[in-house]
Formats: sequence, C-alpha cells, structure tokens
Amino acid sequence: MMLHAAPTPVRKKVRIATTSLSGCFGCHMSFLDIDERLLELAELAEFDRSPLTDIKHCGPCDVAIVEGGVCNAENVHVLRELRANAKVLVALGACAVNGGLPAQRNHLDVGECLTRVYCDRAGGKVPNDPELPLLLDKVHPINEVVRVDYFVPGCPPSGDAIWKYLTDLISGRMPRLEHPMLRFD
Amino acid sequence: MFQLETAENPQKLRRIAIDPVTRVEGHGKVTLLLDDADRIHQVRLHIVEFRGFEVFIEGRPFWEVPVTVQRLCGICPVSHHLAAVKAMDIIAGYGQLPPTAEKLRRLMHYGQVVQSHAVHFFHLASPDLLLGFDSDLTRRNIVGVAQDFPEIAKQGVLLRKYGQEVIRHTAGKRIHGTGAIPGGMNKALTVAERDELRRDIDQMIEWSLASVHMVAALHRTKPEFYNHFGEFESSMMGLVDERGALDFYHGGLRAVDNTGKTIFDHVDYSTYEEVLEEQAKSWSYMKFPHIRSLGAEQGWYKVGPLARVQACDFIPSPLADLERKKMMALGHGKPVMGTLFFHWARLIEVLHAAELIRDLLDDPDILGTDLMADKGTRKGEAVGVIEAPRGTLFHHYRVNEDDQVTFCNLIVSTTNNNQAMNEAIRSVARTYLDGREVTEGLLNHIEVAIRAYDPCLSCATHALGQMPLEVDLVDADGRLVSRGRRNMGPAA
Repeated sequence: MMLHAAPTPVRKKVRIATTSLSGCFGCHMSFLDIDERLLELAELAEFDRSPLTDIKHCGPCDVAIVEGGVCNAENVHVLRELRANAKVLVALGACAVNGGLPAQRNHLDVGECLTRVYCDRAGGKVPNDPELPLLLDKVHPINEVVRVDYFVPGCPPSGDAIWKYLTDLISGRMPRLEHPMLRFD
Repeated sequence: MFQLETAENPQKLRRIAIDPVTRVEGHGKVTLLLDDADRIHQVRLHIVEFRGFEVFIEGRPFWEVPVTVQRLCGICPVSHHLAAVKAMDIIAGYGQLPPTAEKLRRLMHYGQVVQSHAVHFFHLASPDLLLGFDSDLTRRNIVGVAQDFPEIAKQGVLLRKYGQEVIRHTAGKRIHGTGAIPGGMNKALTVAERDELRRDIDQMIEWSLASVHMVAALHRTKPEFYNHFGEFESSMMGLVDERGALDFYHGGLRAVDNTGKTIFDHVDYSTYEEVLEEQAKSWSYMKFPHIRSLGAEQGWYKVGPLARVQACDFIPSPLADLERKKMMALGHGKPVMGTLFFHWARLIEVLHAAELIRDLLDDPDILGTDLMADKGTRKGEAVGVIEAPRGTLFHHYRVNEDDQVTFCNLIVSTTNNNQAMNEAIRSVARTYLDGREVTEGLLNHIEVAIRAYDPCLSCATHALGQMPLEVDLVDADGRLVSRGRRNMGPAA
C-alpha cells in the first residue's frame, strides 16, 4: 500500500496515543520535527491521549508512543494503561529504551538524593503528599514493566526517523531504520 | 499568612483532578477540593516528578555539563546548553569570545526563541484562543486548529521548523546539539547553510508580524476579557544590555515594579545571590525566589516574555519595537498585567528574534572560522545566565582541581514564575470557578492560565517534587473563604 495514495473516505484513521514518562519532552519535540508532515499525518491518524491534546486518559488505540523511562508509580500506571489499550507499543528514545540520562541517579541512594536536595540545600523536608506518586528507587526502561513491540533509539530519534517508523507501521510494512536514521546520540 | 494552604476538613470534600495538565511541556497535575455547594477549598498544582540532576551531576567532568544538562528539557535545550557553557567558559579560563563564536551562539539562541515560542503558541496554546476555552475537547488541539485555520497552523509549523533549522546549522542537531563548548564553538556556519537560512528569513519575519497582528486582533474582539483574565500586579525581571535594550543572550539583571519603576538595574548576574534571595519556608520543600531588598511578600516577580518586553527600555529591532509600543499603549503608562498578554509579548519576541537572525545572517562575521577564545586562568566557580524563552535562567557551578563538578545550582525560568502562576490561577479561580458546577470547560480555564506562562514542567522537575500554588477563594462579598498554597521555588 502506498502511503501517499489519497486515503479513501471510508478508511479508518489510525489512532495514536503518546505520553512522556520520565523524559525531557525532547522526543515529543522531535516528533513535531516531522514539521509540515504533521498535517499529512493528521489525514492518516488521529490522536488519543497525548500531551498535544486534552484527552487525559487513553482509550482503545492502535499505537502507543512512549517517551521516557519509569521513575515513579504513576509512570507504571500510565504505562500499563497504554499497554492495555494499544495494539502496538513503541519505546521512543534513549530514556524509554534504557533509562537514559535520568538513570544516572541509579547509582545513588534515592533517599539520600532527596535528603541532599530538600534538606541539606533547601533547609526543608522531603516532599511527602498523597498526591505525589511514589518514587521508585531506580529509573527503569519501560520493557522492564510492559511488553514492548518496537524500540526506536536516539536522544532523541530524529523527526525523519520517527516519520519513517510511523509511516512504515501505518502502511503495514515492517518498520525498519537504517543508518543514518538509526543512531544513538 | 500561609495557614490556609490546606483545606480545614479535606475528608468532607470532593476531589477533582486535572491530571495530567495537557498542552504544557512536562508533567503536572492540578487538584481541587470542593464542598457540596461547589465552593472550592483548595487548588494545587503538583509537579509529580523528581529527577535529581543537581545531585548526579556532581562528580561529572565540567566539559560534559553543557551537553548533559540540556537533557533537563527537550523544548529549550539550547537555553541550558548556553547557560551552562557561559559558566564553563569562565571555569575553563577563557576570556572574551571571538566575534564569530558569540554571534553563532546568539544565532543558535535566537533560533531557539523562534522555535520554542512557536511551538508553545501554535501547537499548544492557540487551540484555546482560536477554538475557544470551552470548545470540544477532542478537537481542542493543533489538528483542530489545522482543520479550521489551515493557514495559521501551517505558518506556525513552518516558523517552528525554521527555528529548528537555525539550531541544527549551529548546534549540529535540532534537539540536544553540541555546538557550544567551553571557550567558543565547535562548528562554523557554511556559506550553503547561511544561504539556506537567509532565503527564508524574510518570509519568517512576515509571518511573525502577521501572528502579532492576529493576537492584537483577537484582543480587539474582547478587550475587557483579554485585559483582565488572570490579571494581577507584580514586579518583573529580565536581562538588558548596557543601553537598557532587551537582550536574550547576555546583559545585566533589571527588575521593575508594577508601575514600571526600577528596583535594580544592570546588576552583574554573577552576584545574583546579592539581589535575589531564595527562602525556605516551613510549609515548603522548595526555596522561594524573591528580590532581597523587598522581602518575601513584596519581592516576588515574574519573568518571561511579558516581563522582558516591559522591563526593557526598548527592543533593538524596528518592527518588534513598534509592536511593543502598540501593546504597551494599552497600559496607559503602566505595564499591562493580564495573563493573556503573555501570548502577545511572546509573539513580539518571535518577531524580534527573526529580525535578529536576519541581521546576523547578513553579518560577514557569521561565516568566520575563528571560533575559540584565548585561554587564561581557570576559576573554581562561575555563574551563567541567559534569557531562556520562558525567562531568566541561572546556572551556577563549582568545579574542583580534577575538573569535577562539586556544586550545581539551577534556577530555571519556570520556578522564577511560580508565585506569578499562583497569582494567575488564583485570579482565574476567583472569577470563573468558585460556586459553579465545575465543567471540563471551566477546568480548562485554569489550564489556560497555566499555559500562558508556557511553564516548562520538564525543567521545573529537575529536582523538584511539587510546584507550589496558592489560590484564594472569596465569597460574593469579597470575604476570604479559603486560601490554598503549595510550595514552590527554585529546585536547588
């Protein structure tokens, strides 16, 4: 099937959910780096839950794009909700794939980390409120929590790589990234 | 004065959560507690992440920092990249940068102002303004804007693309580039790259100007609403150059009060701790930034486009300065304070940045290859400050003899704005929410006020567990019913 073929009126749009867990939002920005192809994508796909929309919880969808690793209990809940609803789940970018830079805290004791930031420096107490999700002792890649169908590396993956991946997927091809799109920086 | 931070009997109240706050950068949620009569007793904005950058950056080599700290934020990585590298220039002992190196850094930064402001306005905030605060939530996004206003959406997407291309040509990558290094730049601009950027800049200036005019036209449709939505009085802070002109990359700190009167001016930012104070409060896990001479209650301020544009004496580019004058005329000699003016000021800054990009591309220095400063004596401590798209950004480092970072303090733009955001949401809650049946559209009014500040919750989470918020709720007679307050401040 050709991607650029004019979609027929009856064609159902692919429903895409996106979320940023313990990431910097850079992968979402890189997703917007598909530039004017965003408008083309809007012809083929529609968004479910995403930081770009006002849908707060995801419903049944075709593709879930996950940026960021898992650093707290809320990340676990959001990730599981996406997995339960999505046919295909993709780990987008270094943090989702292997924890990324935030995982540099993994060699530190998280309690000590909190004490240093909030007590030693700010002279206060460590935040503790029911509204704050429980912090995990380590930052985990998302495949330690749910099954992941695809991994797209990069910090962030380029807009071109994301476009190639998505259009392969939407048109039924096996998604494939080769150099120079497949890179890890 | 903060004793009403928390509802007295929360167990009897109903909880409503806006979770997550959407169309902002990063992760946040708002919780509201209401009684049976829909009176609101508590409103809190929470940042729910902890990342601890300042802690794990300790022990890392200093030259790595400009590349690592930008991973705080994928929306404005260039800000962290440049603020860190400005500090590391000094630590590594480099003197005055060659003109080409500074101009390339400026070009990168102006590209960043264009892309960050464009993504915020067009992709994130414009659905509220163009489609309506309480319009259908399934369409209240950039795709909905593209369907109803295809030309505006296209211009927004292409403005952002242009800014990203400026960054790519100067930093090597659109997001998390590596162009700036302690002492200068590691990449020159080629003639082909310059020509490619020069080809489109006039179009970008035209579209930027059109976007300023669009917001001005929106204002004319409902001037009272735009003037007063989320309005409150506050001081303002930003960098200005020696002439008092707006400068995004370098300058002295200036603060003005709510009448425009100067509080301090041309302050060397390496002494920020002398003019700004970060207070720890008993109810807060965070410090709270304010102007030292005015104290905690009077000394809070706002930063970002609306503060910068009004704190400076003029904008040093003709089209943007003219638009600045038009906007400020609405204040009749006083600064304008309505929250939605942030959007107007932000687009004026896009126009200014586009004019600056054009001037730099026309400057022969931009193609130079002398990219590194001469090396002098190393220092153990330095401060780098820049006007990030969202406001003044402070990076403060100490480095030991072994090149390892031993101390890192970051005051990000969004935490500078915390009290101001509290005030904005307080104003909105007082006017629109209290005593009414809460609908999704009304809740979005809260988010609209948060969005106007373009908060970067990604940046703000670097060490922060939650962001403070204070909301006063008064009854019809103006009597204080409740005040909700949440800690905030620079995560340091």
